Amino acid sequence: MSQTRKELLVDPLVDNNPITLQVLGICSALAVTSSLQVSAVMALAVIFVTSFSSFFISCLRNQIPGSIRIIVQMVIIASLVILVDQILKAYAFEISKTLSVFVGLIITNCIVMGRAEAFAMKNPPVASFIDGAGNGMGYGLILLLVGFIRELFGAGSLFGVTILETVNNGGWYVPNGMLLLPPSAFFIIGLIIWAFRTWKPNQVEEREYKIQQVEAH
Amino acid sequence: MSDTQSPEPKGAIARFLAASPDSVGKTIFVAVAVCLVASMVVSAAAVSLRPVQEANRLKDKQVNVLQVAGVYEPGIDVTEAFAAFEPHVLELSTGDFVDDQFDPATFDDIAAASDPELSVALDDDPAGIGRKAKYRVVYLLRDDTGGLDKVILPIQGYGLWSTLYGFIALENNGNDIYGLQFYQHGETPGLGAEVDNPRWKALWNGKKLRDDAGDLQITVAKSQPAAGPDFYIDALAGATLTSVGVDNLVKFWMGDAGYGPFLGKLQAGEF
Repeated sequence: MSQTRKELLVDPLVDNNPITLQVLGICSALAVTSSLQVSAVMALAVIFVTSFSSFFISCLRNQIPGSIRIIVQMVIIASLVILVDQILKAYAFEISKTLSVFVGLIITNCIVMGRAEAFAMKNPPVASFIDGAGNGMGYGLILLLVGFIRELFGAGSLFGVTILETVNNGGWYVPNGMLLLPPSAFFIIGLIIWAFRTWKPNQVEEREYKIQQVEAH
Repeated sequence: MSDTQSPEPKGAIARFLAASPDSVGKTIFVAVAVCLVASMVVSAAAVSLRPVQEANRLKDKQVNVLQVAGVYEPGIDVTEAFAAFEPHVLELSTGDFVDDQFDPATFDDIAAASDPELSVALDDDPAGIGRKAKYRVVYLLRDDTGGLDKVILPIQGYGLWSTLYGFIALENNGNDIYGLQFYQHGETPGLGAEVDNPRWKALWNGKKLRDDAGDLQITVAKSQPAAGPDFYIDALAGATLTSVGVDNLVKFWMGDAGYGPFLGKLQAGEF
C-alpha cells in the first residue's frame, strides 16, 4: 500500500478534496447547504454511506464479476442509502423533511461511486473503509463551509440560532436572498476552489493550451 | 458449477470461492446473493422502523394542530394536549359529521383526495388541487364548561412550486380567524417560505372571513381592499405567487365549495 492509513483519512480533506479538486458531488452540495444543520446531517449521512459501501465492496472485491460490478456496487450503495433514509425518518423526522429527496440522491453522488470503483475494488477492506470515511469527510468539510456562509448571510443565523437580526423579524440585517437559492453555492464553491489553489498551488491543473505570442512581420 | 474439473481436493465452498468471478454461474450466483442480502437488510429496516416513523408523522400533525390553536409550547406532552381536541369526519357538501361512517382517528383525508370513491374532480379549481376529498377530518376544541372554543380545519392549495398543506383555526362563531399555519410546502426559502414566519402568521389573528352581509371578504393582497382592515392580510414581500396561492386556497376552502355549509351551521350554533 502506497499510502498510510492516516494519509488515506487526511488527504481528501484538503490535498485531494473530492469537491474542490475532483469537482465531484456538486449537485447535492448546491441543494442541501442552505442551512448548517441540514449540511451537517447530510455530511454525516454521506460519510456513513461512503465508508460502509467501500468496506462491503472491498470485502466482496475478489468475488464480484467484472461484467456486473457496477450493478453490484449500486445495490450495496442503494441499500445503505435506504437504511440511512429510514433511520432519519424514524429518529430525525424534522431534518428528514428538509432533506427530502436528497438523502435518496446520495445513491447518485459521484463520490460514493468514485471511491467504490477507484479504490475499494483494488484495496483491502479496512483501508477502503478509511478512504471512504476520508472522502466523506472531505465532502462534509466543504458542505459545512458553504452552509456556514449561506446560512449566516442568507438567513442571519447559524444552526438556527440568530446571529444577525433580520429586517423581517424587526432587526437591522437585510438578508441576501440569493444565498438561500442553490445557484449561490456555485459562486461559493468556486471561491473556495480558488482559495484552496492559491494556498496549494500544486492543485492547479496544467493549461490545456497556451496563447502564443507571434512576432509581427 | 463451472469448475467441476478442478483437481484440487477442496470443499465445494472453497472451490467456489476460488473460481474465477467472471464465469456465468458465479455471475448469476453473486447477483442473486447480493440482491437477496440487500433486500433483507432494507426490508428489515423498513419494517422494524415503521412504528417509530408512523408515530413521528402523527405527532408532527398533532403538533401542528396544537400550534395553530395556540396551545403549543415546547416541551409539553403532545399526546396529552391533543386529547383535548375532538376529531370529527366532516362531509363537506352537507356540513354534517359522519363519524358513524368513518373513524376520525384513522381516516386519512389527504389520501381520500386521490380516491375516486371519496373525492370529486374540480372544474372550478382556484386552489389548484385537482381533486377535492368529500370528507375532511376537522378538530373541535372545547373550553372547560364544554362549550365550543375553536375549530381547526385542514386546508391546502398550490403556491408557486408546491402544494401547501396547513390548518386554519377559527373562533366558535365560525367567522373570526384565530390562526393559520402550513405544515408542509416547498416554497422558496426566504421568500415564499416566509409563510412560516411567526410575524406573518400573527397577522391572521383576529381577522374576519365574512362581512355583515355574509359575503366572503378575506383577502391576501398588497394593498388593503375596500372591505376594510378586518379582512386584509398583507401579502408577503417578494412572494407574489405564493401570496396569490394562499389567497386562493383560503377563499376556496372558506367558500361554498369548501367549509361553507359547515361554517353556516357553526354560526347558527349547531355544535
